[in-house]
Amino acid sequence: MNLDFTPEENAFRQEVRAFIKDNYPKNLRAAQDSGATLTRDLYLAWHKVLAKKGWVAPSWPVEFGGTGWTPTQKYIWSEESAEAETLPPLPFGVAMLAPVIYTFGTEEQKKRFLPGIYNGEVWWCQGYSEPGAGSDLASLKTKAERITADDGKEYYIVNGQKTWTTLGQFADWGFFLVRTDPDAKPQAGISFLLIDMKSPGVTVRPIITLEGGHEVNDVFLDNVKVPVENRIFHENQGWTCAKALLAHERSGIAGVARSKRNLEKLRQIATTEHSDAGGTLLSDAFFRRKVAELEIDLTALEFTELRTLAGEASGKGPGAESSILKIKGTEIQQRLQELVLEAVGHYGAPFLRDLGHNAQIGPGYAVDAAGDMFNGRKTSIFGGSNEIQRNIIAKMVLGL
Amino acid sequence: MDFSFTDEQSMLRDTVASYLADHYSFDQRRAALAKEPGWSPAIWKAFAEELGILGAPFSEELGGLGGGPIENMIVMEEMGKALVVEPYLGTVVIGGGFLKHSGYAGAEALIGQIIAGEAIFAFAYAEPQGRYNLADLKTTAKKDGGSYVLNGHKAVVIGAPYATHLIVTARTDGGQRDAQGISVFIVEKSAAGVSTRDYPTVDGFRASEVIFENVKVGADALVGPEGHGLPLIEKVVDEAIAATCAEACGVLAKLHTGTLEYTRQRKQFGQPISSFQVLQHRMVDMFIQVEQSVSMTYMATIKLADDKQRTKAAAAAKVQIGKACKFVGQNAIQLHGGMGMTDEMAIGHYFKRATMIEAAFGSTDHHLARYEFLSLGQAA
Repeated sequence: MNLDFTPEENAFRQEVRAFIKDNYPKNLRAAQDSGATLTRDLYLAWHKVLAKKGWVAPSWPVEFGGTGWTPTQKYIWSEESAEAETLPPLPFGVAMLAPVIYTFGTEEQKKRFLPGIYNGEVWWCQGYSEPGAGSDLASLKTKAERITADDGKEYYIVNGQKTWTTLGQFADWGFFLVRTDPDAKPQAGISFLLIDMKSPGVTVRPIITLEGGHEVNDVFLDNVKVPVENRIFHENQGWTCAKALLAHERSGIAGVARSKRNLEKLRQIATTEHSDAGGTLLSDAFFRRKVAELEIDLTALEFTELRTLAGEASGKGPGAESSILKIKGTEIQQRLQELVLEAVGHYGAPFLRDLGHNAQIGPGYAVDAAGDMFNGRKTSIFGGSNEIQRNIIAKMVLGL
Repeated sequence: MDFSFTDEQSMLRDTVASYLADHYSFDQRRAALAKEPGWSPAIWKAFAEELGILGAPFSEELGGLGGGPIENMIVMEEMGKALVVEPYLGTVVIGGGFLKHSGYAGAEALIGQIIAGEAIFAFAYAEPQGRYNLADLKTTAKKDGGSYVLNGHKAVVIGAPYATHLIVTARTDGGQRDAQGISVFIVEKSAAGVSTRDYPTVDGFRASEVIFENVKVGADALVGPEGHGLPLIEKVVDEAIAATCAEACGVLAKLHTGTLEYTRQRKQFGQPISSFQVLQHRMVDMFIQVEQSVSMTYMATIKLADDKQRTKAAAAAKVQIGKACKFVGQNAIQLHGGMGMTDEMAIGHYFKRATMIEAAFGSTDHHLARYEFLSLGQAA
C-alpha cells in the first residue's frame, strides 16, 4: 500500500500536462471563459484533437482505440484534465454507447459505429427515459414492430416518445430502448436500437430547464423505420445492454478531480468575498466549517474511487459499488454549487441570460452561481436517481 | 499508487482473525470482562508467543515482524471486529511509537519486552481540565539534580490497571497551555508515589485516574527532548488516531453486517423487515459510511510516514470516523428495535465502543477545528 508515483508516472503527468497546454483549442477556451453557449463545433473541438492524439477513450480495450493506460495513468489524466478545465469528450458515444457496442455488438457493428464515435464525427444521444418511464425505466412503452418491407428487408417500425434527451438537438444518431415484445415481463421485451436522427418521423423538441438553458429535449418517434441490423445484441435482450451501460455511466460520475478543482474555486471566492464581520468569508466560523466538512467528504470519496479503480485493475468490472460513487459524487457536486451560491451573496440574484452576450453584473464568479446550482440538481436525478442507486446497492451489494 | 496488501499482510490478518474467532467470541469476551482482572493475560501471552503480533510494527533486528502502520491497521481492524480490550493500542502503537520515534536510549530493551508480552504500556496524557488539548497540562516534572519529580492528576488512563509502564506527559516549563515546556516520561507503574483509582469503562475496558505525588524518576525516564516533547506527542497521537480509525472500521463493519443479519431474520407485518425500502436505504447509507471510513483509514495510515501530510490526514480521517460511528452505531440500535437495547446482544456492545471511539483522541468537532486550521488557516 502506497500513494507514490513512479518516475515514469511523473513523466507521464508532465507529458499530459504539456499536451493539454499546447493543444487545447483557443476558441473553446475563450468560449468557456466567457460562459457563452457552446456551438456543435466547439463541443467537438477538443474531442477531435484527442482523436488525432489517440487519447479519446482511455478506458476502451486497446484493440478498439483504448490507450492501455494503467488505472494510475487514467487517474493522472483525469486530474490533469480537471486542473486544466478541459471540456471532456461527450459521454454519450465514448463512455455510454461504445462499451455496449464492443461488448454486445457484432463485428460488423463494431466496424461501422466505433470509428465515428472515436473520431467525433457522429454525435450520439440517448433515448432511454419516457414521460411514463423514469426510475421505472423497464416500463417504457415506445414500441418497435418488426415488419418485412417491400424491398424484402426487415425493419422495426418505431412509435413513441423519449424525453430528457441531452443535447439531442445536435445529434446525428441515437441509441434507444424500445419494446419489441409487449407480452413479456417488462425487462424481457426490450431491445436496443440505433436510430439515425435524420430518419423520417423523428422530431426533437427543446425542453427549457429551470435555469433557462436548453440542454435536454423530447424526442418523438412517429412510424420511424429502422433496419433490423441496427439492433445491438439479441431481440428482447436490450435490458442486458442497458444495465451494462448504466454501470459505466455511474463509474465516471464521481467527478472527483472536477470537484477538487471546483473546491479550489470556492476557496478562492471565499477569500475574495467578505464575512459580515469584515474578514474574508473563509475566516467566518460557520462558512469555513462547511468548506472543511465538504473537503473531508471529498477526500473520502477520492479514496473510495481509488479503491474502486484498484479493484477494477485486479479484474473486477465497475460493479454495483460504483453506485456509491454516483451518490456521494453528486451530493458533493451539489454541495459545492450550493456553497458557491451562498458565497456570492446578493450577486446570486441577477438573471443575465436575456441581457445579451457577455453581460455581467457583480463579480464574474457570481454570474453562473445560481444557474449552476439550479442545473446541478439534475445530477442526483439522472443516470438512475440516487434513490434508485440505493435500491441497487441494497439488492446487489447487501443482498437485501 | 497501490492499494493491495502483501501476502505477509494478508497472512497477518488471517492469523489474527482466526485466532480471535476461536478464542474471543462474544461470550468468551463477556466472561473475561466480568471477572478480575477484567482482561485476559492468557490472550496477551498468546498474542506474544503464539501469534507474534506484538512485534508487528517493529523491525526484524529488534525481534519484530518488520512492519509499520499498515500492519498496525490490519491488527487493529481485526481487534475492532472482536471488541478486543487487551492493550495493543496502548502498548504496541503508543508505547512502541514513543520508543521508536524518540531515540530513547532504553528503547531496544523495552521494545523487546513489548514483543515478549512482558511490558504493557498505558498512555497518561489527558487531564481533568484539559479536554482534548494535548498541551493543556497541569502535571509538572521538576528537575531535581539528576532526576525529575512528578506531580499531577491524569484522567481516564485507558488500560492503566493492567499496565506495567506509564507514558506520562508533563510540564518541565511554561504555562498551562503552552506548546513549549512539555516533556514525556516513562514511569513504572510500581514507582513510589504513583497511585491509581481503577474502574471499568462503559465499553468494557479498564481505566484509572492516576495520581502522581512526588514521584521521583531518573533522567533516563525522559523520552525525547526536554521541554520540546509536543511534536513527538502529536506524532504518536496521530498514529494512535489512525490505529483507532482502523479499529473503528472493524467495529463499524460488525455494526453494519449485524444489522443486515438481524433485519433479515426479524419478521413484522408478515415479512422480514429487511424487505422494507425505508430500512434498506438506511442500511445503504450505513454501508456508504463504512466504506468511506475504510477509505479514510487507508488514506491516513499511508500518510502517517509523511510529517507534512500526516496531521491533516489524521484529523480528516477522525472526522469521517467520528461521524460514521455516530450514524452507523445509532442506526444499528434503531434497526434492532427493542432487541438493540438489551445487554445480551452483541450489537449494543459494538455501539458502545463506537460511541467511545467518537471522542477518543479528540471529538469530531475537535478534529474538524484542527482540520480547518490546517487547511484553511486561522479563523477570524
